[in-house]
Amino acid sequence: MNIIRNPKDVLSGLLFIALALLFGWQTADLPMGTAVRMGPGYFPLVLSGLLGLLGIIVVFNGLRTPGEMPTGIAWRALIIITFSVVFFGFAVRPLGFLPALGVAVFVSTLGSRLFRLQTALIITAVMVVFAWAVFIKGLGLPLPLLGPWLGGY
Amino acid sequence: MELFDNLALGFSVALSLQNVLYCFVGVLLGTLIGVLPGLGPVATIAMLLPITFGLPPVSALIMLAGIYYGAQYGGSTTAILINLPGESSSVVTAIDGHQMARKGRAGAALATAALGSFFAGTVATFLLAVFAPPLAEVALQFGPPEYFSLMVLGLIASVTLASGSVVKAIAMIVLGLILGLSGQDIYTGAPRFTFDLPDLADGFDFVALAMGMFGISEIIRNLEDEHERSLVAAKVKSLMLTKDEFKRIIWPVLRGTTLGSFLGILPGGGAMLSSFASYSVEKKLSKHPQEFGRGAIEGVAGPESANNAGAQTSFIPMLTLGIPSNPVMALMIGALIIQGITPGPNVVTEKPDLFWGVIASMWLGNFMLVLLNLPLIGLWVRLLTVPYHIMFPAIIAFCCIGVYSVNNNTFDVYTMALFGVLGYALVKLDCEPAPLLLGFVIGPMLEEYLRRAMLISRGDPLVFVTRPISAVLLALAAAALVVVLLPSVQKSREEAFKE
Repeated sequence: MNIIRNPKDVLSGLLFIALALLFGWQTADLPMGTAVRMGPGYFPLVLSGLLGLLGIIVVFNGLRTPGEMPTGIAWRALIIITFSVVFFGFAVRPLGFLPALGVAVFVSTLGSRLFRLQTALIITAVMVVFAWAVFIKGLGLPLPLLGPWLGGY
Repeated sequence: MELFDNLALGFSVALSLQNVLYCFVGVLLGTLIGVLPGLGPVATIAMLLPITFGLPPVSALIMLAGIYYGAQYGGSTTAILINLPGESSSVVTAIDGHQMARKGRAGAALATAALGSFFAGTVATFLLAVFAPPLAEVALQFGPPEYFSLMVLGLIASVTLASGSVVKAIAMIVLGLILGLSGQDIYTGAPRFTFDLPDLADGFDFVALAMGMFGISEIIRNLEDEHERSLVAAKVKSLMLTKDEFKRIIWPVLRGTTLGSFLGILPGGGAMLSSFASYSVEKKLSKHPQEFGRGAIEGVAGPESANNAGAQTSFIPMLTLGIPSNPVMALMIGALIIQGITPGPNVVTEKPDLFWGVIASMWLGNFMLVLLNLPLIGLWVRLLTVPYHIMFPAIIAFCCIGVYSVNNNTFDVYTMALFGVLGYALVKLDCEPAPLLLGFVIGPMLEEYLRRAMLISRGDPLVFVTRPISAVLLALAAAALVVVLLPSVQKSREEAFKE
């Protein structure tokens, strides 16, 4: 028989424990202070300990009570959407606002299984024009339209 | 009377041309996202936070509030006409509302929803005006220990009323608290959880975290199972109720309003819980329970009144105590803090125009919503035919622009992507992201009050139990926790949320 009866609980418990260790390790260099005059490390360390403890309980629950595997993960959407957001962040300065946005929107349309080139191009064009009209013209956000890589400033 | 003076002040603020306009924009947007499935008020408000920076605080809050309660109206329209709840709070409306529509009573169901909501909104606005100021006065007497205990109670209560595993929800709160502490320590300036990145010197950006957790991860989840939506909207004939129908909705509306007003104040409550609770109450009290699920008008009237009342009274703890009872309120607090206003009991006395202006705008907004929803129903239905795979790239674009424009910092965009992935992973592991957001907002306040309380008591932790108010609050928190952890309660809780 499988020891792990509820993979969702065990995984989330392990995630909590890992985060608790990460944050606990980060507080290690901070002065603890005393209970009267708490240092910057006091409360974070208490919370990290609590998170770790809760993580252990969740793992323990996952070994005890039955549950199911996480299913139906949208890997394609996860990767493509994340990539398009990161791309926008990477490109907004060097390429400029509108090119970065256009590419990000176009790439993100690939995240859907119902992707069609024609609609994707139309959405991209509409969004670029709309963003220009609303955010640059309308709200006056100080964003360079074209970045240095494309001959802007 | 003071109340009327205050309301007069409120209306003078709310009725200024600019604020009427922002109220209208708010409820219009609210209806829009309420109608569109896959886009909720949390993501929308997070997206619009950056735009509100340039507005005066009153206008900002009026617009954001309008989005929240407007979404309750819009959500019911789609629930009734095509059995597709636009919001989680209108899930139960779809059960009987759509059955009514199939019997040709779509107009009656829509009118019931709108009128019930309007009635509930009016009552809840009034309750807010009557009860919020005294509550704020009580809260002014609170010292650091009381505040600490109150926040603990709020956090625990929000867990016990949420669905899913209690332990996981508490872990999510703690994780949120830790993330909220990131950045410089207020007393010593020591950097915490910055991972030696200068961009994290002020901690994780609130807007980036909220948009990632609720915007981006939500999109990924919606893309999991796509199918071409073929929608057949029910035809709307007459919006009039028959005399008999009118008689049948009076009591459910009154009960729903009462229930919703009460549940909205509780931490973790708000619109969704209120509508579920009201539906089960109406089913139990009904003389003909067999009609429920086959188009009982009570099943529309009760929950629709309850969700609107709950949406409105959940502003009470936010405006008077500065404590969010649900993720939307956490965003409102974030908006106020960004505007340089510390939410808390002082807001009522120090910013009366803000406090009363927002309250008055709610009533105004509810009125606009009735006008917006009933005659324009055809327009909203047509919007539904916009498929999700055309809509989501636009949402991503708004998220990117919004989060970047806050600080003109690309790091915030990466933060949003990171929390998008983390949020999706947590949702797949059955961990609700809402408690995390509450923890994130409350984290810094909780630490500050704890430190101050310990200073006052010279390090004696007994201060939390020797001061009577604090002791009562902590006892309530402990009791709530014990009750939900009892095996028998846990079982019935699971059943209650399944229904």
